[in-house]
Amino acid sequence: MAALTEEQSILKDQASSWVETQLPVQKFREFRNSNSDGGFDPQAWTAMVDMGWTGILVPENYGGSDLGYLTFGVILEQLGRQLCASPLFASAYVGATALNLGGSEAQKQHWLPKIVDGSEVLTLAVDEHSRHQRDRVDSTAQPSGDGFVINGAKTFVLEGMSATTLVVAARTDEGTVGLFLVPVDAQGLSRRAMQTVDSRDYARVTLSDVAVSADAHLGAMAGSELYEAVLNRAASGIAMEMLGVGCYSFEMTLDYLKTRKQFGKVIGSFQALGHRAAELYSAQEMARSCAEAGVIAIDQGADDEAAMSALSKAKTGEFLFDMSNQLIQIHGGIGMTDEFDAGLYLKRARVLETTFGNQAYHRDRYATLLGF
Amino acid sequence: MENANQLDGFRSDVRVWVQDNFPASLAGVDLAGLAGGESGAKASDEVKAGMETWRQRLAEKGWGAPTWPVEFGGGGLSDPEADIIGEEIFQAGAYNPIPHMTGMGITMVGPTLLEYGTDEQKERHLKGIASGEVRWCLGLSEPNAGSDLASLSTKAEDKGDYFALNGQKVWTSGAHISQWCGALVRTDTDAGKRDGISFVMLPMQQDGVETRPIRLISGVSPFCETYFTEARAEKGDLLGNLNDGWSVVKRLLQHERQSQTGGRGVSMVDAEPLHIKAQRFVGVDNTGALADRDLRQRLVRNYMDATAHRLTAQRITDEAAGRVEVSAAASILKNSNTRVAQGKAELALEIMGSQGIGWSGDDFAEDELGIVREWLSGKAMSIYGGSYEVQNNIISKNVLGLPETTQKG
Repeated sequence: MAALTEEQSILKDQASSWVETQLPVQKFREFRNSNSDGGFDPQAWTAMVDMGWTGILVPENYGGSDLGYLTFGVILEQLGRQLCASPLFASAYVGATALNLGGSEAQKQHWLPKIVDGSEVLTLAVDEHSRHQRDRVDSTAQPSGDGFVINGAKTFVLEGMSATTLVVAARTDEGTVGLFLVPVDAQGLSRRAMQTVDSRDYARVTLSDVAVSADAHLGAMAGSELYEAVLNRAASGIAMEMLGVGCYSFEMTLDYLKTRKQFGKVIGSFQALGHRAAELYSAQEMARSCAEAGVIAIDQGADDEAAMSALSKAKTGEFLFDMSNQLIQIHGGIGMTDEFDAGLYLKRARVLETTFGNQAYHRDRYATLLGF
Repeated sequence: MENANQLDGFRSDVRVWVQDNFPASLAGVDLAGLAGGESGAKASDEVKAGMETWRQRLAEKGWGAPTWPVEFGGGGLSDPEADIIGEEIFQAGAYNPIPHMTGMGITMVGPTLLEYGTDEQKERHLKGIASGEVRWCLGLSEPNAGSDLASLSTKAEDKGDYFALNGQKVWTSGAHISQWCGALVRTDTDAGKRDGISFVMLPMQQDGVETRPIRLISGVSPFCETYFTEARAEKGDLLGNLNDGWSVVKRLLQHERQSQTGGRGVSMVDAEPLHIKAQRFVGVDNTGALADRDLRQRLVRNYMDATAHRLTAQRITDEAAGRVEVSAAASILKNSNTRVAQGKAELALEIMGSQGIGWSGDDFAEDELGIVREWLSGKAMSIYGGSYEVQNNIISKNVLGLPETTQKG
């Protein structure tokens, strides 16, 4: 665990105890079993807003607390531990990042307070193909009058059915990729839910001649810089959630190793399993260092922020991939049952793996950033 | 604790001191090899003299062992200050030879003496280590006691005012060039496996001690077989209590792991980075990426693992708020350091193709031959200091609290 300030520690403890008592994984299971729409419990989301988590990345003059990315990451880690579903990441992390980096003063004044109070739920609409690839954006935003007309099709949009406003990545006349704020009720925008293994809220979105005004464009950073920066930071945030999913999976597995008996002994006394646990624990410690380094690099405005983001997503992904498989394997038959939670963690793990680029994608990015 | 300003001030003082005191005659010399005793004979008189001057100057400052108390020849400094000294010496292209010159003295024997030694023992032994004048080896492993160290059979018989040692040790690093040895010996043959062991210190220059260097697959002989035949260890050189040597050695081995965790990535020679080497040998495609995409992926994994290791070492230090204690984390870091280093060596060989399999001769560049030897000697990393598997035993048992996986003696 990175060294936290007193304020960060308090928030972490608050999040950890709230998640354990108010939103344990059983709640997610109940929600899944109820077949409700929306992918998350609205009451839990309201509670998160009330606790101020939606304002962590928002400067104080727009109603936030401006506590930074490590703080937000620590909350995401706690939420990941119990598979808590909410639009917190999509809106208050990714959405707020896009506004902070790309918004004009007027845009910030308009949007940031609404992100903080939860009246707007933002989400990034980026992917157009089944595999995340930053340069494969064919959606277009063409100038029209004093605004733009947007055309394109998006897939795997996080919280896509509950979002109120999409931050759409679209190619501009210069050939670069810009970000545009598009309300979901805009004329020409349609969406439908995707049913994914993790039972969360994802949508396919179609934009047909969607007209937006000039102030829909987030233009404070030139060219594709904003788009790249937002995706870098998004990947680091996902890594922190993945860390939480993986750490809890490890704890469940370790607990089982200490209690399950076969051949008259607890199975953790078998060296093959003891060594496997040691390897997983070591991988977990490495993943934690990388995930935390990703968000710390953002807070510090480090030169290697982009590389650290790739590192955080790839290394945490590597750990979670193995951990989620071993979670099932070590639990044996019980791990295969829907009644036990292991499957929920495995499913969430793979969705997170593919979100904003998988391990291989980020290794490739890392190599490119290092110049080979 | 010192604040950032004080540390910055300390850093500039160290920088100036190193500039003023590092002898010009040593610039570019392989000081690590020299200090290790391997290539010492090959050095010119001028280099040897420069080395001695440099050692004396460092020793006067107590910077051979910066964190040890001043009264025992140390610098009485904090860990962050010690780090700064290491970093500044490295930055200046210099090298602190004292730890290397003392064999196991600075890294293992000294810290254990500070903890278990009597005042008299500390007084007598620590200064020679801190100044780099006395080289220590350790007699731990035996032919039939490797990973299962507690099954050792070298005996120490109580002869009144001294112990008489009989038995054989193996893998004693630098035994043939050391002045002192810390040896693990059996002092009670009737007690349980771990209960009848003691830790004694004895001078190597005596009739009862014989060393035979072992030639390794890398061609060098840094290790010895060491034979004790009625070798004499004074009673005053028993470290810790009689028959409590297992506690002493456990602590000693923790210090060993700590010293093998790769620290925070400050190494003596950072040769050509692997991706540059790969660009040179393998070439790039029209996108500028390495032509061998499979190699590129494995290379980036090694780079990421190296960074993850470095970040974890740093994080553990930060969590301890600057006070690095020997901790369970050492096992994790020793294994990750080993994985990264061995993986890196294998990648270097693969990249160099047939230039990476040379043993000697003019067909191969000196750095190519060096990489091959390093690849071979690096295989020991997962064996010494508690093998890779022993570290995993320690993690599963001591860190994770899983039940004992090995048979108890």
